This record gives sequence, C-alpha cells and structure tokens, in this order.
Amino acid sequence: MNGVAIVAGYALRESLRRRVFSVVVVLSAVFLALYGWGAAIAFDEASDLASTTSEVDAKVIVGSTVFGLAMFSTLFLGSVLAVFLTLSAVRGDADRGLLQPLVVRPVGRTQLLAGRLLAAAAVCAGYVGAVYLVAMLITGAVGGWWPDRLLGPGLGLAGGVVVIAALALLGSVYLSATANGIAVFMIYGAGLAAGLLGEIGEALSSQTLEQIATVTSWLLPFEALYRAALAGLTADAGGFTDLAVELGPFGGAERSGPLLWPWVALYVALLALAARTGFARRDL
Amino acid sequence: MKIACGLVHPTGGSVEVLGEPPGSLEARRGTGYLAELFRFPGWLSADELLALHQRLAGSAGGAGERAELLGLVGLDEAAAVRVEAMSKGMQQRLGIAQALVGSPRLLMLDEPTSALDPVGRRIVRDLLQRLRERGVAVLLNSHLLSEIELVCDRVAIMLAGRIVQQGAPAELARPRGVEVETGVGTRVFEGAGREDAPRIVADLVGSGEHVYGVRVLSSTLEDTYLEAVADA
Repeated sequence: MNGVAIVAGYALRESLRRRVFSVVVVLSAVFLALYGWGAAIAFDEASDLASTTSEVDAKVIVGSTVFGLAMFSTLFLGSVLAVFLTLSAVRGDADRGLLQPLVVRPVGRTQLLAGRLLAAAAVCAGYVGAVYLVAMLITGAVGGWWPDRLLGPGLGLAGGVVVIAALALLGSVYLSATANGIAVFMIYGAGLAAGLLGEIGEALSSQTLEQIATVTSWLLPFEALYRAALAGLTADAGGFTDLAVELGPFGGAERSGPLLWPWVALYVALLALAARTGFARRDL
Repeated sequence: MKIACGLVHPTGGSVEVLGEPPGSLEARRGTGYLAELFRFPGWLSADELLALHQRLAGSAGGAGERAELLGLVGLDEAAAVRVEAMSKGMQQRLGIAQALVGSPRLLMLDEPTSALDPVGRRIVRDLLQRLRERGVAVLLNSHLLSEIELVCDRVAIMLAGRIVQQGAPAELARPRGVEVETGVGTRVFEGAGREDAPRIVADLVGSGEHVYGVRVLSSTLEDTYLEAVADA
C-alpha cells in the first residue's frame, strides 16, 4: 500500500509541476463565468414564460436544464482530464523509457498501476466535484433554483470520471498513447450516443431504442451514472413540469435503482484486474 | 539483461538473480539497473529523482546518500538542476547514480557509457572500479570492448542469445608474438609468448645484436570477439 501512495504522490506532483492544475483551473473558471452569464439570461427569459402559464414551473425547467447542461460539460471536462492523465501510463511511458526505471524497483507493477489509477481518480473526481459544486451555487445564486438531490448527482459525475480513468488506464496497457486517446473518446461518444438514443426512444415511445440505450449505458456505466445524476436533479418534480423536463434536452435522465453503484464498483475492479493482468504479461 | 531485471519474460532456459527468480521482489530489492534507452521525467531535479527512487527502493539513506551518489558520478554541483536542463551525458551519469540508490548487491548497466564524452567515460570507469573494491557485483553490457578490457574481471561474448566465449580478459587474449627492436631494425617472433621473451633477448644479445626494446604482442578483446563471432 505504501508503494501505491508513493506512485500516486509522484503522479499528483507531476500534474502540479506540469501546470496541469493551473491550466484546468483557469479554463474551468472561464467556463463557469460563461455558465453563470448564460444561466442568468435563461432565468430572466423564463420569467416571461412563467407569466403566460401557471401549469409549468418555469424555474424548475430552466434550472434543471441549464444545470443539466453544466453537468454534461463537467463530465466532458472531467473525462478529458481523466484520459490525458492516464492515456500513456503503461505503453506510452514504456515506449519513451520512463517506465522501466520505476518497474524494476521493489514497488512493482501492480502497485505502480494502482497508484496511477488512484491519482487520476482523486484528481478527476475532485475536479468534477468542485465544478459541480460551484455550478450549483451559481445556479442557486442567479436563479434561486436548487437540485432536489444535492449530493447524489455530484457523486454520480465523480464516479463517471473514475470509470473513464479506469478505461483509459486499461487501454494504456495495450495501446499507444494516441490510439488509446482515440479509443477512449470513441467509447465516451458511444455512451453519449446511447443517451441520445434513449431520449429519441422516449420521445417516439420506442421501447427498442430505450432498451438499447439502457443496455449500452450499463455496459458503459459512466453514462448510466450521468443519466442517474440528471434524474436526481428533479427527483421530486411531478405533473406537467416533470413531463416538460423529460421532453427537453434533459430527457436522458433515468433513475438507476440500487444496483448501479455496486455494478460501477465491480466494473472498475474488473477493469483494474484486466489492466493488472495485461501489465504483468507485457514485456517492456 | 532485461530478463534478469524482470522487464522481459523468458521464453526458454532458466534465470536466477541473487538466487531468486528474475523480477521477484527479493531480486528487485537487491539489484540496481540502468537501461540502455531510458528517460527520467524532465520536471524532476537530480536530487528529487534520487529521492523518488529512495522511496521506491525503500532506502533510508536520506540526503546523505543522495549527496554521496551525486558526488560519485561527478554531479555534486547539479543537485538542483532539472533533468530537462541536463546534457545526455549528465543524464547518463544521473542514471548510474539512480541505479546505485539503496546500495544494491548487484548493479546491472546496459551500455552505460554509450552517450558519454571521454571525461564522462573516465568518471564511470573509475566509479566501476571503486564499486568493485566495495564488493558490488556489476554486470556490464557494452560494445565498447576496449573499456570492458579495462574494467571487467570476467567477460562473456554473446551471439544470438548464446555465450560463445567467456573468461578473464587475459585468458581470452591470444599471444601474437614478441616484437624486438634491435640495431638492425624491428623483428617479430611470431607464435612466441611472454615467457619466451627473456630467452629471445638473451639469444639476440648472445649473437652480438643490440636490443633497444621488447614488446609482447597479444590479441585485443576486439580480435577475440571478431574471431568468436566468425567461428560461431
């Protein structure tokens, strides 16, 4: 375990020294400023809608929609971070000769891999948690709207980026850095497409499309976590407001049930095991 | 060498490192290694790199060990210099210092002087001799045979993964004759060895010739290598 902490500390220090954090903080601040500006305009425009109809809670629709979009962006940014922190962890570093001096040390391959995953998971989960929190505070401040569940959606996003980091780490055992980056982003896109399919399926009342979306989102559980996180935003909404929310760009929301988190834990463990097995067999 | 370090899995034969399977925890604890093609993170200073490897190797040597190792490889003034600001030669010497972290019983160096200038080579050569005096076993892999001749106690010549010649450098060297400089010119007595030299000189002096110099000729390790490879 000590070896894992040493490697994780080394990876975190590398992120700090290479100014990964400062670049991410600056760009995220720009994103959040733009988000706050856009959200303020959206809430302002929505007050007109509220005056024309009494059956729809405009504040809930606007709040959950803009915040849902902020969550989508947060997941994307967190995934980019997860991929770039792990995409060359094994083969990429081995090709450059960075890995061999570390692997021959007593710390060994398994702890090296676990340390890299731990560092990437900590950085990415911390990052999406922070952006989620700030976006929620901005939404509350400019529109007076708060999600029905405060903690769950943030944890869902954090879990989603941990899954992405584990996928990229596994890919790094078998693929070169470029091929791995492309592969993980294509997987990410597949999950996104599944969410959109589910939305279309719901609009068309197509059970087949919805089933495809559900199965895919469980095969790529970062998507299931994201959909569950979205559902948590309006967990207590009902009536026509709920229907309006479901029909909006927010339609990918899907309540997950109690098995999602155990499945995510098992999924990440299986990815880590597959990466460990592949790494143990790899010649460097 | 990569098999011995546990970087590559053997496809046949048997390997033991310090009496342990290659790549095992015990083997890794007792060995230091410098790869032929290696790179250290550019953002680390020399001192930080050694500190990292101290933690990875479980060495309790602290700042004292780091300063000593940097001094050993002639980098005592470069402790705060980042790897990215170092020349290839400095990085190579830092690599040797890194391999020595934790006082390994066996040091494996893959082409350690390939990127060094003559001064760097001399530093490494002196360092290897000091390590030998300390009782550290050094396995050196190199194509620079003249250097091997100077520092190695035993040499094994390998071809396609098999040892084709081995022994002490003096054992591998073959006598090529005795060269004698006389008043009438230089004469070479082919096939003669070191033990024949006094007799040859005595015979020449006895026959009235003036002898100004004697040199025993022997093949270099390079000659031995070329012959061994050609025979194989």
